[in-house]
Amino acid sequence: MNWDETKPMVSIKDVYKSFGTLEVLKGVSLDVMKGEVICIIGPSGSGKSTLIRCINGLNDIQSGSILVEGQEVNDPELNKLELRKKVGMVFQQYNLFPHKTALENVMMAPIRVLKHDKEIAQKAAIKLLRKVGLEDKVNAYPGEMSGGQQQRVAIARSLAMNPDVILFDEVTAALDPETVNEVLLTIKKLAEDGMTCILVTHEMGFAREVADHIYFTDGGLIVEHGNPKKFFENAKDPRTKEFLSQIL
Amino acid sequence: MEAFYEWFRILYEDTGINLPFMYDEYDRGRILNGLWATIKLSAICVLFSVIIGMVGAWLQGSPWKTTRRIVNVYIQLFRNTPPLVQLYFFYFAVGILIPRVENDWGGTSPLIDSFGWAVISLSFFAGAFNVEIFRSGIEAVPKSTIEAAKALGFSRLQIYKDITLPLALRVVIPSLNNNLVNLVKTTTLAYAIAVPELLYESNQIWSDNVNVTEMMLFLLVAYFVLVGILVWAMNFWDRSLKIPGFGQ
Repeated sequence: MNWDETKPMVSIKDVYKSFGTLEVLKGVSLDVMKGEVICIIGPSGSGKSTLIRCINGLNDIQSGSILVEGQEVNDPELNKLELRKKVGMVFQQYNLFPHKTALENVMMAPIRVLKHDKEIAQKAAIKLLRKVGLEDKVNAYPGEMSGGQQQRVAIARSLAMNPDVILFDEVTAALDPETVNEVLLTIKKLAEDGMTCILVTHEMGFAREVADHIYFTDGGLIVEHGNPKKFFENAKDPRTKEFLSQIL
Repeated sequence: MEAFYEWFRILYEDTGINLPFMYDEYDRGRILNGLWATIKLSAICVLFSVIIGMVGAWLQGSPWKTTRRIVNVYIQLFRNTPPLVQLYFFYFAVGILIPRVENDWGGTSPLIDSFGWAVISLSFFAGAFNVEIFRSGIEAVPKSTIEAAKALGFSRLQIYKDITLPLALRVVIPSLNNNLVNLVKTTTLAYAIAVPELLYESNQIWSDNVNVTEMMLFLLVAYFVLVGILVWAMNFWDRSLKIPGFGQ
């Protein structure tokens, strides 16, 4: 997709979201340019995951605006299926289809949703599985793979749709420390290839290394943001300082 | 073969155990007809009731309240009334409203014959239970798996067809098995509207030959074998759906 690089690819403005009486997002705004890697960090329950789930319409918002390539997500007339072709997502619990092999998991959406030819989809899927280092697991079922391997299949599955932006929702949170790295490396490669990525993460080292911009959320608000150097070394907000002092 | 048939005539003459459908060609024709009708009725009703279950469970997840309500009324009606009463209702009450058509010998006969009504009535009867069975299976499919499919741009129908139903099926086979066993046994009710199935034909034979005890024994064995075949087939299906690393 050729998106005008001077305008933000994803533009979130003053978004409010509540579940019943619980207010989760209280006026959040952020912009993501094409090719940028954005990390959203913050304590649990601060609304990070909710925020990125709003971008592909898995959560509806009460007010505000979310533009994805100029298309308003907060529009009851929106064709969510079209939106989701452009926005990929990778989940904390991988969420692979347990009754399908790694290959089938990756080629299913292109065949069903994009109506690609089966042979073409299969070739592309094998290529993607090779890219995430799983060419030997093509015919394995999710139940036969480790968490890290499953998560890499999930990344390949998302890439198979050729999205313009990928949302990563705490994708390493369910992994053991050893396998975290293999997944982070995969994401890093994507970022280097110019994929627009929005990550919710607790991996501070990774955020510092890969992110172009870091946002810190607390209590449904973005309390601080900046480039990694500024963010980690010169945090202004006391809440951010406290958070960083506890984890660094 | 003739000698084999004759052996049963000798058996009758020597011991008084009378199985006329073994040595009498006319009665043999009756039993074979009855057996074939029972198998046909069972197979068609099993197929239709499973389809009703799958479609009904899909409609139960409809975003429209009216659709969900109609499915629920259907389930209540067919689950909370006796199948024999349903059969009579279809055959006598609904049957009278159906136009009659000219038959081969110049008279008129109803558009739907007793066999047709038995298929309709019993399929809806067992279908009502199947909807509930499939719903229980659908509820066992993790929301997160569905969400992953949504995020990939799958439509509601594609999610049901490709993800929810195949996963639900693996959960529900044991309870589906139970209900289908009951359905095959319930086909004997078609006797009441003169469908020439196994029980009906057996009744014809015991009326002519006054060999009630033998016919009752034969019926028990015949249904035991028929249901046994169904259970075997269902178990085979269950095993063929097993996925490495999933479930057990």
